[in-house]
Amino acid sequence: MSSRDAILGALRAAGRTSTPLPDVPLFDADLPPAFEQFKLGLAKMGGQWLGAPANLDGWIATRFPDAKVICSAVPETDGTRRIETVTEPATLYDVDVGIVRARFGVAETGSVWLSEDEYKVNALGYLAQHLIVLLDPASIVPNLHHAYHQRGFHVARYCVLMTGPSATADIEGVLIRGAQGVRSLTVIGM
Amino acid sequence: MSAVLGKKVGKKSVDHVKISREFIADEPHIAFHDKRLWTLRTLRDGQANAIPEWEELRVLASGIKEHTLTHLADYLEEFERNATANGVTVHWAKDAAEHNRIVHEILATRNVDTLVKSKSMLTEECDMRPYLEARGITVVETDLGERIQQLDDEPPTHIVVPAVHKLATDVAEVFADTIGTDRNNADPHYLAEGMRQDTRPYFLKAGAGMTGANFAIAETGTVVTCTNEGNADLSGNVPPLYIASIGIEKIIPKMEHLGVFIRMLSRSALGSPITQYTSHFRGPRDGGESHYILVDNGRSERLAMDDFWYSLKCIRCGACMNTCPVYRRSGGLSYGGVYAGPIGAIINPTFDLKKYSALPFASTLNGSCTNVCPVKINIHEQIYKWRQIVVEQGEVSFVKKEAMKMAGKVLADPKRYRQWTAGTNKALAGLPRSFLYNPFNAWGKQRELPEPPKQTFHQWYAANRQAKEEDEQ
Repeated sequence: MSSRDAILGALRAAGRTSTPLPDVPLFDADLPPAFEQFKLGLAKMGGQWLGAPANLDGWIATRFPDAKVICSAVPETDGTRRIETVTEPATLYDVDVGIVRARFGVAETGSVWLSEDEYKVNALGYLAQHLIVLLDPASIVPNLHHAYHQRGFHVARYCVLMTGPSATADIEGVLIRGAQGVRSLTVIGM
Repeated sequence: MSAVLGKKVGKKSVDHVKISREFIADEPHIAFHDKRLWTLRTLRDGQANAIPEWEELRVLASGIKEHTLTHLADYLEEFERNATANGVTVHWAKDAAEHNRIVHEILATRNVDTLVKSKSMLTEECDMRPYLEARGITVVETDLGERIQQLDDEPPTHIVVPAVHKLATDVAEVFADTIGTDRNNADPHYLAEGMRQDTRPYFLKAGAGMTGANFAIAETGTVVTCTNEGNADLSGNVPPLYIASIGIEKIIPKMEHLGVFIRMLSRSALGSPITQYTSHFRGPRDGGESHYILVDNGRSERLAMDDFWYSLKCIRCGACMNTCPVYRRSGGLSYGGVYAGPIGAIINPTFDLKKYSALPFASTLNGSCTNVCPVKINIHEQIYKWRQIVVEQGEVSFVKKEAMKMAGKVLADPKRYRQWTAGTNKALAGLPRSFLYNPFNAWGKQRELPEPPKQTFHQWYAANRQAKEEDEQ
C-alpha cells in the first residue's frame, strides 16, 4: 500500500465523530477609521507612512542618498533598473531600494498585500536593502477577515501580507529591524 | 518509533529534573529566561484584551480545527487535488525516515548541494539536517535563532524563539567560533548583522529553499508561513526549487478561515498583532518548481487516541510555554525532546511514552497553559491524564512512588493530615536551615520554603468561627 493510502486509511479508521464547521463573522462593527488605524498599525510594526511627495524621484534621492541600484516595478518611476529587465531572482542581490505598488492594505494590522503581479520578480521584496510600497489609501480594508475574502488569495501563486520591515528579537529579546529581508519599509499614499 | 528527539539526551528516558539542574544553577540565564518569556506573556495579554471578540475567536479556532480533524482525510485529498492542479508535486510521508528520503531524492536528482531553509518544527521532528548533511548536502538554517542553535549543535529550546535560553555573550562565543565575528562584541545588533552577512550568499547560491507550514488551505492548495525575518520569503522566492514540509494536522478548510488564525497566532506567540510576513505559496513561479510533503509521523495514531487527539489542534504559538512557571524556570533543553513546555509534555509522550514519562510531571497543573491556548486545547487536563497512564504503566520513579503513597495516606485521613500540617508548620518555624534544606527536600532545592503560619486553618477555625457560631446559637 502507498504511504498516501496508509495515511488516509489510518485517519479514516481513527473514527472521530464529525463536528460542524462554524461560520466566521466579519467582526467589522464599530471599527475605528481605516486609514488612521492603518497608519498606527504600520508604525507599530516598524514601517513608515508618507503622504504623496511632490516629486517621487527627488524624495528617493534625498531619503537614500547612497543608493546605487534602485529597482522599480511601478510606472511612477523608473529608478536605475526596471524590474522587467530582470529574469533571475538572485541577480537582485545588489538592489539598494525596491519600489512596488500594493494592491490593498489592512487597517487592523497595517499590512500591505503584494503578489507576483505587483512584484514581477518576488525576490525584489526581500533581497532589496530597503523597500518602498505605493498604496492607494482608498484600498484599505478594515480587518483580516475582510482581507481574506479578497479574490487575490485564490488567484496569486505567491502573495504576502507584509507588515513593516524584516525584524528579529532572537538575541536577548532586543528588537532589530532588518533581519534577513529589507531594513526599512516606507509606505507612500498615492 | 521514527522520530529522533533531543540530540544531547540520547535514547534513554528523559530525567527532566536532572537535566534542568544545570540550567537552574546558572542564575543570570534562568533570570533572563524567566523574565523574557513572562514579557511575551504580558504582551500577549495586552493584545488579547484589546480585541473584544478574542474569546469568540478562540471558540471559532477550536471549532474549525476540530471540524477539520474529524474530516482530515477528505481535506487532505482536497488539498492534494488543488495543489496538484496548481502545478505543485505532492508527496506523502508516513514517518520521519520517509520524509527525509523524499527530500533527499528531490535534491539529489536535481544535483542540489545547498539547501536554505526557514524554521520548521517538523524538520526538527524528522531530524532532517543530519540526514541530508551525511549525504553531502549543506543545510543552512536562515532564521537567526535557529541558526544560532544549528551552529551550537543544539536543538531549538522554544518553538518560536529557538535560542531564548542563551544570552548575547553566549551567541558572541558561538558566532566567534563559527562565522568569525568578534568574540568580545556581544551587541545583539552587531551579532544579527554578522549573521545576515554570513547567510546572504547562501540564499543566492542555494539550489533549493525549504519552509515548514503554519497552515495549509484545502480549498486552494496553499501553504502559509508566518515569519518575521524575511528568510522564509527569501527561501521560497530566490532559489529555483521550493519544498514545503507540512504536518497533516496543519490543514484548514478555506482561505476565509485564515482570518481567525492569523489574528491570533502572533498575538498569542509574541504579543504582536501579526508577523512581519504572512506568506501564501499556492504554486510555483514561472520557471520554478514546487514540492509539498504531507507528513504523518505519528499524527494519525494520535488522532485515534480518545484523550489526546485534541493536541492536534495546536498551531505552535508557544503561548503555553511562555506562561508556564516550570518551563520558564527549567528551560527547553530539560524536556529532552523537540517540543518543550506544556505542549511538549503532552505531545512527546505520544511519540515515546517510556522516554518522555517524566514530562507530564513537569507541571504545577495550574491550568494557565489551557487558558492562554488560542485553540482551546485542554493542556493541563491532558497532562493529568498522561500522569495516570504513566503510573498505570509503572514508569514512575521509586522516590516519587513512595512519596505519593505517603501523601495518599496522609491526605485520606483527616486526623493524620491535621497532625502532619501542625507538625510541619512547627518544624518550618523552628528547625535550622541546614536541616530543612537537606538533599531529600526536592521543593527547597531551587526555592525558599513558605513562611509557616502561626496556626493551621483548622486550629484558627476552632479558635474563632466555631466559638462564634456557638455563641450565636
